[in-house]
Amino acid sequence: MTDHHNEIDSVSGRTTTGHEWDGIKELNTPLPRWWVITFYLTIIWAIGYWIVYPAWPLIASNTRGVLGYSSRADVAVELANLDKIRGDKMVALGAASLADIEKDPALLALARAKGKTVFGDNCAPCHGSGAAGAKGFPNLNDDDWLWGGTLDQIMQTIQYGARSGHAKTHEGQMLAFGKDGVLKPDEIVTVANYVRSLSGLPTRKGYDAAKGEKIFADNCVACHGDGGKGNQELGAPNLTDKIWLYGSDEAVLIETISNGRAGVMPAWEGRLDPATIKAMAVYVHSLGGGK
Amino acid sequence: MIFAFGGNVLLATSFYVVQKSCHVRLAGYLAPWFVVVGYNFFILIAGTGYLLGVTQGKEYAEPEWYSDLWLTIVWVVYLLVFLVTIIKRKEPHIFVANWFYLAMIVTIAVLHLGNNPSLPVSFFGSKSYIAWGGIQDAMFQWWYGHNAVGFFLTAGFLAIMYYFIPKRAERPVYSYRLSIVHFWALIFLYIWAGPHHLHYTALPDWTQTLGMTFSIMLWMPSWGGMINGLMTLSGAWDKLRTDPVLRMMVVSVAFYGMSTFEGPMMSIKVVNSLSHYTDWTIGHVHSGALGWVGFVSFGALYCLVPWAWNRKGLYSLKLVNWHFWIATLGIVLYISAMWVSGILQGLMWRAYTSLGFLEYSFIETVEAMHPFYIIRAAGGALFLIGALIMAYNLWMTVRVGEQEVQMPVALQPAE
Repeated sequence: MTDHHNEIDSVSGRTTTGHEWDGIKELNTPLPRWWVITFYLTIIWAIGYWIVYPAWPLIASNTRGVLGYSSRADVAVELANLDKIRGDKMVALGAASLADIEKDPALLALARAKGKTVFGDNCAPCHGSGAAGAKGFPNLNDDDWLWGGTLDQIMQTIQYGARSGHAKTHEGQMLAFGKDGVLKPDEIVTVANYVRSLSGLPTRKGYDAAKGEKIFADNCVACHGDGGKGNQELGAPNLTDKIWLYGSDEAVLIETISNGRAGVMPAWEGRLDPATIKAMAVYVHSLGGGK
Repeated sequence: MIFAFGGNVLLATSFYVVQKSCHVRLAGYLAPWFVVVGYNFFILIAGTGYLLGVTQGKEYAEPEWYSDLWLTIVWVVYLLVFLVTIIKRKEPHIFVANWFYLAMIVTIAVLHLGNNPSLPVSFFGSKSYIAWGGIQDAMFQWWYGHNAVGFFLTAGFLAIMYYFIPKRAERPVYSYRLSIVHFWALIFLYIWAGPHHLHYTALPDWTQTLGMTFSIMLWMPSWGGMINGLMTLSGAWDKLRTDPVLRMMVVSVAFYGMSTFEGPMMSIKVVNSLSHYTDWTIGHVHSGALGWVGFVSFGALYCLVPWAWNRKGLYSLKLVNWHFWIATLGIVLYISAMWVSGILQGLMWRAYTSLGFLEYSFIETVEAMHPFYIIRAAGGALFLIGALIMAYNLWMTVRVGEQEVQMPVALQPAE
């Protein structure tokens, strides 16, 4: 290093510090005034904030600040405000029967609002946030119901679920006609095509309609009913309404008939309180297809 | 990206800069190699651990105890190499970049040791339990996490800025005094800022206050670096037109200034109550990570590779230009998508109906994010394409670049 102490940078007109590293020098520029002032202002602001709010730890406690602020107290106030808005009404909702709720517009509005939030947090993962369903998870906007679409029936399904393991759950499932050896593969293909024909879907070439009808009558009518109109007691879907839980392709139907289906809806009793379940039933009922 | 790419950039540039600015070779014959290979071995065992589900579940500190121990050894050797090189320097003063590198190395060591003490379940298993519990653990985690940003991603990369921008612009550092004042202010204030990650949690109010107020006071010390970086160009602004490498580094400093304003702002409790846990945080982090850390690293690599391989210049400045524009577009798409999505998310989360229920369920807020995530992905892809262009450019610089003559052998870096 050589002594550059009085060297003047021709561009800025400032002296350099005299340091040089690998060709890099430094200018003797003072601190920008606005920078210093702003820095001091932030420090002053911080000190002011410390005076007003809880700030510095002491031996066994901390400075409380002149406002006496506490975030816990803030939360308590917010919760109390919410309780003021909805607390009494929720108690009323808990006490009312489903029929009462239907008759009282204020309760109905409350139940739908509550039901909507609960639906989003609990039901949407399977049924979709708009309740449009997905493969294996029913659409709740239409009027096609597996286990019944009255308020009471919906409430019961939500409470106890389907094949949920709860003592009062809906039982009944689609049997595995192929896996269990009840039907031979060619019979399954035939009856799958018959099922397609029930809702007017095209059938494969050379399909024997009479044979399909016979197989259906022998194996499927017990649950799905004459003509495949379904049976809500057993959760057996209506096969004629063009609404499909798993799909209507021949391949999907063959899979359904061969391996059976037993989708699970969890029981919500015990997980959600009764008023909440009631609100959810009202909400689902109100989606468009309630009976 | 932070530890693998960023870490290697820090190693490469710090070893280069410390030799150049101290006018001596690195201390130790094998030690620097041990640091480079050892650090990358750490990345390897940490990264493969993630794939196998081995993690202590701490953000930025996922690697389990065995990786942590190994990193400790490597890092101590790194500190020794760096420190001894500085001690045997032939220059009377220590260059500002080296203060920042040293602050980075020392503080990262302290943070790493503070956040990671854990008891392994067995010598042959990966699982361990952390020594801290509950809110103390959370506080340690964010004291570590925020200062990983402060010392790894800020101090370390400011060091890069302090060497590569004056060097490339061929101008003196704007203000020596500012570099000293903002260095010490930054070092002193940054270390307190961690609690702003835990606003409105079980963390005591007084700790939240300190975290927030120190974050505010940190604003000007952070901007000191930006001023020094940008103003160093006075007298050389015309070079931005012709030198895309310099332009990249200058834009990087602009992103630094932006995110170090945004950070203190987001640490204010009322702002934080909207921004916390939302994509706004993601946007903030990426304007720093992609804009600041990414661009200053790219700029440094574009300088370093021709120097280290003794080339007259880069294979193609045109490609640097493409890299610059594609990546800038990518960052802008990325962070603006995250800002919009974050604010939207925050507003949706706090919206109540007149009946006192939350207006939106979580899943509805996720659905609302969808378009922004597509924009984000597009932005990220552009940024990656830019980086690939750079990789090609650097590769070709090494392979076919014209040899620079008469570089004194003694000054060649060790790598």
